[in-house]
Amino acid sequence: MLKTRIIPCLDVDKGRVVKGVNFVDLIDAGDPVEQAKVYDAAGADELTFLDITASHEDRDTIFEVVAETAEHCFMPVTVGGGVRTVDDIRKLLLAGADKVSINSAAIKNPEFVQEAALKFGSQCIVVAIDAKRKSDQFEIFTHGGRQETGIEAIGWAERMADYGAGEILLTSMDKDGTKSGFDIELTRAIADAVPIPVIASGGVGTLDHMVEGVTEGHASAVLAASIFHFGTYSIQETKAYMQAAGVPVRLE
Amino acid sequence: MAPKNSKTVIIDYGSGNLRSAAKAFEHASVEDVSVTNDPAALQDASHIVLPGVGAYADCKAGLGSVPGMIEALAEQVIDQKKPFLGICVGMQLMATLGREHGETDGFNWIEGEVVEIEPADATLKIPHMGWNALEFEAGTHPVLQGFEPGAHAYFVHSYHFAAANDDQVLASVDYGGPVTAMVGRDNMIGTQFHPEKSQQFGLAFIENFLKWNGEPL
Repeated sequence: MLKTRIIPCLDVDKGRVVKGVNFVDLIDAGDPVEQAKVYDAAGADELTFLDITASHEDRDTIFEVVAETAEHCFMPVTVGGGVRTVDDIRKLLLAGADKVSINSAAIKNPEFVQEAALKFGSQCIVVAIDAKRKSDQFEIFTHGGRQETGIEAIGWAERMADYGAGEILLTSMDKDGTKSGFDIELTRAIADAVPIPVIASGGVGTLDHMVEGVTEGHASAVLAASIFHFGTYSIQETKAYMQAAGVPVRLE
Repeated sequence: MAPKNSKTVIIDYGSGNLRSAAKAFEHASVEDVSVTNDPAALQDASHIVLPGVGAYADCKAGLGSVPGMIEALAEQVIDQKKPFLGICVGMQLMATLGREHGETDGFNWIEGEVVEIEPADATLKIPHMGWNALEFEAGTHPVLQGFEPGAHAYFVHSYHFAAANDDQVLASVDYGGPVTAMVGRDNMIGTQFHPEKSQQFGLAFIENFLKWNGEPL
């Protein structure tokens, strides 16, 4: 049977890891490739790089990171952050990324997702959705949750699936950084509404949260950054815990 | 490590990223790995790999747009019997017919059609994406040697190979019913999963393929 994917996420700024893992044996803990190798060896099911480089002139650094990672890691790699054009996607895929995650560019121009899926195939197009509770519904926000769009999240997710997105990376902006668990209501509402896999993200603080994302939130995969970054839990511990809690994972 | 004198040719026809596939083969091989769109390069190859991502019709059209490539493949794989590995859509192209976005003829090397996955459980997501456990009979194929049923490989696809002959399905996975994971006959195999993305299992699988002389057990 298909296993639930455990996906560590690395935030990368100008080619360097932000909030990296405190692995003492790493020669350079700020090197994203070194971190990727650690996750690869630990049996992470996929890896996501979130490029948070702000300035345009430094943006090419992510291509080097991806290319170098592809030299050493034989696992699926997704890159998000600043993916705005077909050319951005092409360059990331050629560098060695398997999937790209599109966020703001989809909101600015939803047809971009359609174009990208047609050109490169749905299998490599992830749409990232940052959602927040607003009155009695969930709305899409951009700019790290600061800017509202007025777009209702569930309908948006359905539209993105219709447009050919192969997967949705869903982050609760209310929960992100709180370590209080996923927004289960949001996760389940979207996971149950779309035919494509949903990756739950935002709010993981304990291994029970990881389990809940799947059992209660109906997510196909769970993504976490800080619990892995700060060495609170290892990939292996996480997987063993989830397996024991009845969530099938890949242990070998 | 694969034996010396292996010369792996990965066919480039504009279908997605070949860098990671090439890296995985280089990792598993001590000898030559080349990525090429030159049909003539197949003559010197010991092993031929046809990757493929995206839609069936697009991949077939892309391959067809490289002059002489489909003919060279048939010559080297069917006539010269060189070990061949198709990956993902590269595997699906071995079928008689693909039904993604209309009907597209495949190579008809392995009788069957590429059809939508229709899991019995309607809550299962499409694409079938992630790590699934391979079901196969141990000891039936040289390339599967050293693996136990239950080994995990990485999949991402919405269509699968419905083979006409069960004995040409070398491995399957369960996703609301059986989904074809690997097909083969004689000197050719095809995997729906991505060995180049399947970590240790995948690298060992590639090594097995490169060691394989194309003879069945």
